[in-house]
Amino acid sequence: MSEILVLGDEALALGSIDAGLAVAYGYPGTPSTEIIEYIQGYIKSNETEIIARWCSNEKTAYEGSVGVSYAGKRTLVTMKHVGLNVAADAFMNSALIKINGGLVLAVADDPGMHSSQNEQDSRYFADFAGIPCLEPRNHQEAYDMTMEAYRISELFNIPVMIKLVTRLSHSRSVIKRVETLPITDLGKAADKLKWMALPSLSRTNWKDLIEKQKEFIEYSEKSDFNKLTLNSSYVETGIITTGLGSNYYLENAEDLESSLSHLHIGVYPVPVDKIRKLAASVESIIIIEEGYPFVERMLNGIINEAIKVHGKLDGTLPSSGELNPDNVRTAIGLKPREKQTGAGGDLPGRPPQLCAGCPHTDAFKALNEAIAGFSESIVTGDIGCYALGALPPHSAIETLLCMGASIGMARGASEAGRKHVVASIGDGTFMHSGITALIDAASTNTDMTLIIMDNSTTAMTGMQDTIMTSPMIKNLVIACGVDPEHLKELKVLPKNHEENFRIIKEEIEYEGLSVIITLRECIHVVGKIRGELK
Amino acid sequence: MAEKYDIILSGVGGQGVLSVAAVISIAAMKDGYTLRQSEVHGMAQRGGAVLAHMRISRTDISSDLIPKGMADVVLSMEPMESLRYVDYLKPEGILISASAPYENIPDYPDLHDIHSRIENLKSSLIIDAKKLAKEAGTMKSVNMVMVGALSTRMDIREESIVEAIKELFSSKGEKIISANLNAVLLGRTAGKIQ
Ligand code: SF4
Repeated sequence: MSEILVLGDEALALGSIDAGLAVAYGYPGTPSTEIIEYIQGYIKSNETEIIARWCSNEKTAYEGSVGVSYAGKRTLVTMKHVGLNVAADAFMNSALIKINGGLVLAVADDPGMHSSQNEQDSRYFADFAGIPCLEPRNHQEAYDMTMEAYRISELFNIPVMIKLVTRLSHSRSVIKRVETLPITDLGKAADKLKWMALPSLSRTNWKDLIEKQKEFIEYSEKSDFNKLTLNSSYVETGIITTGLGSNYYLENAEDLESSLSHLHIGVYPVPVDKIRKLAASVESIIIIEEGYPFVERMLNGIINEAIKVHGKLDGTLPSSGELNPDNVRTAIGLKPREKQTGAGGDLPGRPPQLCAGCPHTDAFKALNEAIAGFSESIVTGDIGCYALGALPPHSAIETLLCMGASIGMARGASEAGRKHVVASIGDGTFMHSGITALIDAASTNTDMTLIIMDNSTTAMTGMQDTIMTSPMIKNLVIACGVDPEHLKELKVLPKNHEENFRIIKEEIEYEGLSVIITLRECIHVVGKIRGELK
Repeated sequence: MAEKYDIILSGVGGQGVLSVAAVISIAAMKDGYTLRQSEVHGMAQRGGAVLAHMRISRTDISSDLIPKGMADVVLSMEPMESLRYVDYLKPEGILISASAPYENIPDYPDLHDIHSRIENLKSSLIIDAKKLAKEAGTMKSVNMVMVGALSTRMDIREESIVEAIKELFSSKGEKIISANLNAVLLGRTAGKIQ
């Protein structure tokens, strides 16, 4: 056993490596990115056959992992919570096939939206698909649960989800490691009828999956990760915690006058008997969940109505944002701790902004000036550093929905009769899910202008290489059916401003589809290349 | 000295807040502490406000986040940022901030005001970390000056900090390492005043 200081993401990565991982796929997204990065670093500094790759998007990553499982090896697929929406088609159907090599899906949620557009709780997705989900609350659990996830994935022939949240993904602590299992070849899946989602076969497989739920619940009842501690001498209130809710509860529990009966849930589907046992020994329950009130909503169908439940639904805890030691303290009825006053609630905020010297700054400047010449215009935006172009001083974009949406939305706005519609998207996001919308627009030569801001990297999440290089993107755009006459490449340097502004304006005026690729590396890519040359 | 330290680290993205956390964490581990250290990556790093929670203890730690009213120290690379987190301080806690402002917003408040708000706290220390970093040999060592100042408030051996810096900056060469070590020493002296 060795001890090592790691991020929560890295603990999960190590758990996977030590469980005999063969291939890991993922798409970068805060706070999940460091999982694949850690495995890639591990591959560089250790002799191993493990493969870890970034993919075009979460769906292709997930499908890759299903292929690894079919072929008979253990696999990990990683993404952030909203990435699972992109992979959902593959994910939902993968619950109906007979997983062979262990398949573990690591999803990192972002309650509080530190770096995301919503707070969706991935436990609903696990429940929706009907697969087990493990939710660690600390680094050691992230490691141990990942190893356990491979075991049950192969035991029940089912994909298993591990759900992280930002505060664990990006917190550092010490874990104890066990020995690394070698990569094992379990052989290609034996029964191909269990691997085809044909309606006739799926009807049987769906029934099987429903049957399996009983086994999952039985497993969950027995699991030590679902821990029930009863105190029969105090019946007024009991506690249920999930995820990090447990940590914040324990942080405050020593200040309570009596120790309360406590059930912590770390494994789903929920342990119904354990919940009933807790309910049988208390008069009311406070439920402290990180994320949506997922278990809280289920309680009605499990426990006697006479038992009062307090949580997010009745306002005992806030229904949006993160839990923390302070709001949990209030929820369990303790007075706030004494603290100092004079905090700067009145101080101006300091929002993130584009780095000084960022190429997008010049692209937005040229675009803003070009757009200013038209009385009517729409500029749609997308996800990446350049989303910061929404804020002053740029204020260049009007919409943000999801990865790739700028192009489809621009097409819709143009077909709704609007003039001078522009979509702005980065190279990484274009490859992730912009291409298909561009093919749609090209099929009708829709009157719009697409600006692909090519900075040669996936910058927002920390400089992962993009799937394609700049010259390849140009060929790809032409192959989508874009008229080469209206495909322009601009080097976005301050000295080219006049020319860039003129070309953007001309292409916006042109009645048909144009694509402008703005070229200049992210300043950190330049730094990285210089560093490597040294 | 205590068995447990809760420290709030603050600054602006790019000021090396996470390196401060890394040095203290590695040193604390060498001295047999366990730790939890929560930081923010991604969107929040682009020149925005940065906050890290660092908890070091001889016994198990439950929460990654420090409760309000529990921090022993708020250590900040930037004066205005330090003030955001005063309510994390316990009644006898201290706020230590570098003196120089980082002005990347149009509405940065009057610096005298900011300094006097810090000085009016029960216990505080403003350090001219820029000047000391320059003395140490590189302007980039402002954060290590602050590590030095912080270390005077903790029961962590100086040798452990030295080793931590050598490990963390091993790829940067001798010159950078020795400048950072100088910075820690200057920070220690500045931190002991008061
Ligand atoms: S990381 Fe690169 S692309 Fe992102 S804002 Fe900074 S310079 Fe621009």
